[in-house]
Amino acid sequence: MKGKSIGEAFERCRDEGRAALIAYLAAGDPDIETTVALAGAVSEAGADVLELGIPFSDPLADGPIIQAAYTRALAGGASVKRVLEGLPRIADGSGLPIVLMTALNPVLAYGSEEFCCDAAAAGASGILVPDLLPEDGGSLRATAARAGLDTVYLGAPDTSDERLAGAAQGSTGFFYLISRHGVTGPEGGVGAGLAEQVERAKRYCSVPVAVGFGVTTADDAERIAAVADGVIVGSAFVREAAEAADREGAVEAVKRRAEELMRGIHRAATERREAKS
Amino acid sequence: MATNPEMSDSDRRGWFGEYGGRYVPETLVPALDQLEETFERLWNDSGFRAELDALLAAYVGRPTPLYQARRFGELAGRAVVYLKREDLAHTGSHKLNNALGQALLARTLNKKRLIAETGAGQHGVATATVAALLGLPCQVYMGVIDMARQQLNVVRMELLGAEVIPVDSGSKTLKDATSQAIRDWMGSYRDTHYVIGSCVGPHPYPLMVRSFQSVIGIEARRQILEECGRLPDGLVACVGGGSNAIGLFHPFIDDDVEMVGVEAAGEGLGTDRHSASLVAGKPGVLHGSRSYILQDKDGQVAPTHSIAAGLDYPGVGPEHVWLRETGRARYLSVTDDEAMDAYAALARSEGIIPALESSHALAYTLEWGRELRPDGVLLVNLSGRGDKDVVRGDEVVGGR
Repeated sequence: MKGKSIGEAFERCRDEGRAALIAYLAAGDPDIETTVALAGAVSEAGADVLELGIPFSDPLADGPIIQAAYTRALAGGASVKRVLEGLPRIADGSGLPIVLMTALNPVLAYGSEEFCCDAAAAGASGILVPDLLPEDGGSLRATAARAGLDTVYLGAPDTSDERLAGAAQGSTGFFYLISRHGVTGPEGGVGAGLAEQVERAKRYCSVPVAVGFGVTTADDAERIAAVADGVIVGSAFVREAAEAADREGAVEAVKRRAEELMRGIHRAATERREAKS
Repeated sequence: MATNPEMSDSDRRGWFGEYGGRYVPETLVPALDQLEETFERLWNDSGFRAELDALLAAYVGRPTPLYQARRFGELAGRAVVYLKREDLAHTGSHKLNNALGQALLARTLNKKRLIAETGAGQHGVATATVAALLGLPCQVYMGVIDMARQQLNVVRMELLGAEVIPVDSGSKTLKDATSQAIRDWMGSYRDTHYVIGSCVGPHPYPLMVRSFQSVIGIEARRQILEECGRLPDGLVACVGGGSNAIGLFHPFIDDDVEMVGVEAAGEGLGTDRHSASLVAGKPGVLHGSRSYILQDKDGQVAPTHSIAAGLDYPGVGPEHVWLRETGRARYLSVTDDEAMDAYAALARSEGIIPALESSHALAYTLEWGRELRPDGVLLVNLSGRGDKDVVRGDEVVGGR
């Protein structure tokens, strides 16, 4: 099956005058069935893009919440192969374009060419490999493009203008702006100087700019949605799911959280419209 | 004879052939760029080098002696065995050479805090020591399994004023302590320097750690020429990440001297209880560089084991992979039991209790010495002393 277009998802949001919600889930936490159900839940709540994390034993950019999710997923037998096997159901059930987030090593072990081909065939629309910098990522980006996959690069608050330009121009689908220092998770919230950061990224970017790290509440989402094209939320969903008593409870909690975040996004859109009129 | 890898690959900074590089989240790039630029500048600055050399002499106690271990040599087929006594350096291992250099660099960068990872605790103690010397706060990440088996070093770090942060995720050993330190640095690099303890991690760390540890080989080369009037036939060093080995090897790289790195075979390479990343691993990316790592077929990093906490790590410095691929050095492994035998042998033949890590190098020396011609000369890096290991050592050796 062919993945839905990330670009079209952002276009629809732009037509609606709002930012997109990009919901991150840890694939296979604690099993693929749960991921299928949670993907459906965030979609029902109004999310526009799904970012699906492939579990890795040593994620460097992730805080304790996502680390624990990967540990549970690996204990449950998750692997690149199993995630890709479950991907068509996740894509089908949610109807969302999917960006696969993965550390580089599992991709190398699987084979870059095979990974891109199999991911695209299973319904993925893009890849995001946080520990592969743009200057070393050309070959994988080309392989992904041949398979029809977008490649998302990241920028951070202290990234130089020169590097930001390279990463932004190399990104397809969207560009991922990290809101602050540190690893993923709620600690520290969304970084300061958000508007300036987004404006700087947009100078170099022909694709939408989405902001992640530290986004938990509707207010966080609203602040980002006021200036950026997308809001990326991960740990907040993963924690809701982990703290629920069972799968049904997880689906409910994640859906509620996504709805709350969407309210923040819609508030920002309303304010923008009112400011214009 | 292979040429200097730096020279043959000088157009790509931070690469040793196809190994090394910088595989980190974008967040860390400015910190690494700043570190690279500052290290290159300071390494060529005579004022910095003079200050470092003065502290290496007066504070660390360098040069460390080169000692001919005659009775141990008899056990090694009567080879002429010299020990480079890094165990006699302040804090009891080679680790202070690097920690001191990085701490002076951190001071130049105006960093207000030091963090480190540690396995056996030797690097943690070295970092805690230089933090005390410079009056900086220090936090050391250490796996809870390592805290239990190297408790003496936990006490030392705390006495030195450092905080030891227990890591109970994943392997609960050096691998996860390293991951946690990197995550800390992702959020703290503006005011914190991360003192990596081995020649691993993203560029410029492998190059920088090698540079600070090369004092071992520079001294040893001069000392053996004075002592024997010739270079040794072989060098032996244990390899976890590989910093004591690269520090000994590098100054000999253009000489006609065989170099052997000894990894930890744990309970045997046929089991999954070992840490022989080079001997039994595959190319991969871990902790910021491309090297050989122990991993499963899905690319997940494998659990490891060694009786020596400092070798219990699934990766290895990228330059060692390059030295092996070019044929300049060879790498093999010895088991926990062989290392324990060598540990006891050195203690009883020379009155020197070696670290369990260094005992791996000694174990292969016993074997290699028997294959050499009788007047063959081996130079072994005795990278650390074994006080930290006496409880474990007594359990094993005492029971025999």
